Amino acid sequence: MVHGEAWTIKEFFVYPNEYIYWSIQIVMYPFMTGLVAGAFVLSSLYHVFGVKQLKDIARFSLVFSLALLPVAMMPLMLHLQQPLRGINVMMTPHFTSAIAAFGIVFTTYGMIVASEIWFVYRQFIVETVLELRAKQQRTVVESLQLLTYSVLSLGAMDLSPEALHKDERAVSILAGIGIPVACFLHGYAGFIFGSVKANALWMTPLMPVIFICSAVVSGIALCIVTYIITMEIRKLISAWNRKNNPRLPSTEELKSAEILTVTMTVKYLVMFLVLAITLEMLDLIFRTYTAVKSWDILRSVIYERDFFKIFVLQYGLGNLVPFILFLWPGLTIRRALVGTLLVLMGVFMMRWNVVIGGQAFSASFSGFMEYHLPLWPHDMETYKEGLLGALTVITTPFVLFYMVTRVLPVFGVKDSH
Amino acid sequence: MINRREFCKKTMMIAGGLAIPLTALEIFDPRRLHAEKDGKEKVRWVFLVDINKCVGCGLCVKACKIENDVNWDANVTRTWVERYVVTKDGQVNIDSPKGCRDGFTTQKIDQAHIGLKEIKPEDIAKGFFVPKLCNHCENPPCVQVCPVGATYQTQEGVVLVDRSWCIGCGYCVMGCPYGVRFFHPELHVAEKCTLCYHRLSQGLKSACVDACPFGARRVGNIRDPEDPVTKIITMEPVNVLKEEFGTKPQVFYLGSSKEVK
Repeated sequence: MVHGEAWTIKEFFVYPNEYIYWSIQIVMYPFMTGLVAGAFVLSSLYHVFGVKQLKDIARFSLVFSLALLPVAMMPLMLHLQQPLRGINVMMTPHFTSAIAAFGIVFTTYGMIVASEIWFVYRQFIVETVLELRAKQQRTVVESLQLLTYSVLSLGAMDLSPEALHKDERAVSILAGIGIPVACFLHGYAGFIFGSVKANALWMTPLMPVIFICSAVVSGIALCIVTYIITMEIRKLISAWNRKNNPRLPSTEELKSAEILTVTMTVKYLVMFLVLAITLEMLDLIFRTYTAVKSWDILRSVIYERDFFKIFVLQYGLGNLVPFILFLWPGLTIRRALVGTLLVLMGVFMMRWNVVIGGQAFSASFSGFMEYHLPLWPHDMETYKEGLLGALTVITTPFVLFYMVTRVLPVFGVKDSH
Repeated sequence: MINRREFCKKTMMIAGGLAIPLTALEIFDPRRLHAEKDGKEKVRWVFLVDINKCVGCGLCVKACKIENDVNWDANVTRTWVERYVVTKDGQVNIDSPKGCRDGFTTQKIDQAHIGLKEIKPEDIAKGFFVPKLCNHCENPPCVQVCPVGATYQTQEGVVLVDRSWCIGCGYCVMGCPYGVRFFHPELHVAEKCTLCYHRLSQGLKSACVDACPFGARRVGNIRDPEDPVTKIITMEPVNVLKEEFGTKPQVFYLGSSKEVK
């Protein structure tokens, strides 16, 4: 069977070689890079612009963006027909191609995130090393910890106020550089689509900007969701611990801190959401008004075949409903959680409608292609480019986040940043 | 002993110093210099399709599949023939079952998942067949978008794929407005019409050209003014497909119609 044949249903006249070649993993790719970029921008709001209310979530989202980073690459590897040759992009980059820059942009961004985290955590790392060294008797785990943290400290053990001040400066500089790079990483994912002149739906210079805005929206939304879930777990744990140690912060204290952070973050989310919707509407209005050659087929895709996916799931449930939920006075944690989950779904549907929607019609403009997501895999291909492959990609960042936070805890660390 | 700061400085200096002479290789590309000295290459392969002569027998598609070892039963093909049936009310019906590998065996129009559509002979205003293949564009978008340079254009203008280097990302497949590219069913790399480059370079003609009993397909050298194909292209009304994409296609059509997609 030819690649793509398993999930493509053709209607009317479609060129013989046309199939839905870019499937669920290519939907996941901009979705995941969007989350990375968004999480990073959120943390930078505190580190660069000094938005104090975001302090609590800043460290959290920075570490989360590190956990998401390798996952941005995963869908691409799962999508490649020759995954073992993926490294060729780094070896012989062909710079007229938008994809060729991926390796460079991605590595640059990875280095910025990693070094920023190192500066943020340096004090903690050094303190842990000193604490462990001071111990007379060390268990095996502690010895391993000492080794890990000693390596992580890179030998920079200076904890003088001047050194710590330098750390802070480095963090804000890195976060400052990181914002344009994060936007570039994602805007560039938009460029990959926007520059395909053969595709009538994708080809628009607005694509990179739309991608950046929705990326920030989804990144912030995911951070809020994960933050709320983690705080709920912390509340449960602290309630349990307080039975033995009444000096710990009470559940009520945690809760008030939580709602404050969430309300503040939601404001930024709404801001970017408005921007994203405005741009998407502009694109749609412009297409309707100019009505070039491709408009006939695009209209039947947008307003008929994909109507439910675009107007009900993406704009209705994914944008309008959360908008009302967030702006309705007296925001509660539960309402924020529902709203952010809907936003995440909306952004995912936006990626879907762009990637799959762009392939829903033939380049001949005389036929349609329908995508049937393989639910249960019956070979490697339908696993990789099916529901299970997508779920693998979604769950990985949470596993990584858990592992990273074993070494670099995001809560209960006192520091000057 | 060298300290860390000095080491970093020196490393960057060496890297920068090496980069400058290396860029010279790009600026003074020996092949380009050679080409500029001798003027343009002497050969530029082009293709000519005469729509008036095509009967939709599919012998070209068969020949192509056999010559280039493209899986016989796989629903992909390097070249195909489309059937256009325009009814008196202006409706355009197009199909190409199996890429016309077996010709058109029924008068009904194949609408893929929708099924077969019957058109009464008395309703038909006009009908014709359009063979399709890679346009070997002068400005190929597929070459532009390949992230690793596995797709390239030869000096004779033929667009080829390096099967040993293609990563299978599918960007070229998406970038082609003509839908001529696909994934090789067995090798899992991008696949396309090579204009039978292996035959052309041996002085032979493309397999589909040799297989066509009606002379609807012809291959020629546009740089040779005496080539009969060149004469037709320069002196007769010919057309190309989807000119608006700026790809400068090099497959020319005689007797093309506005309905052709």
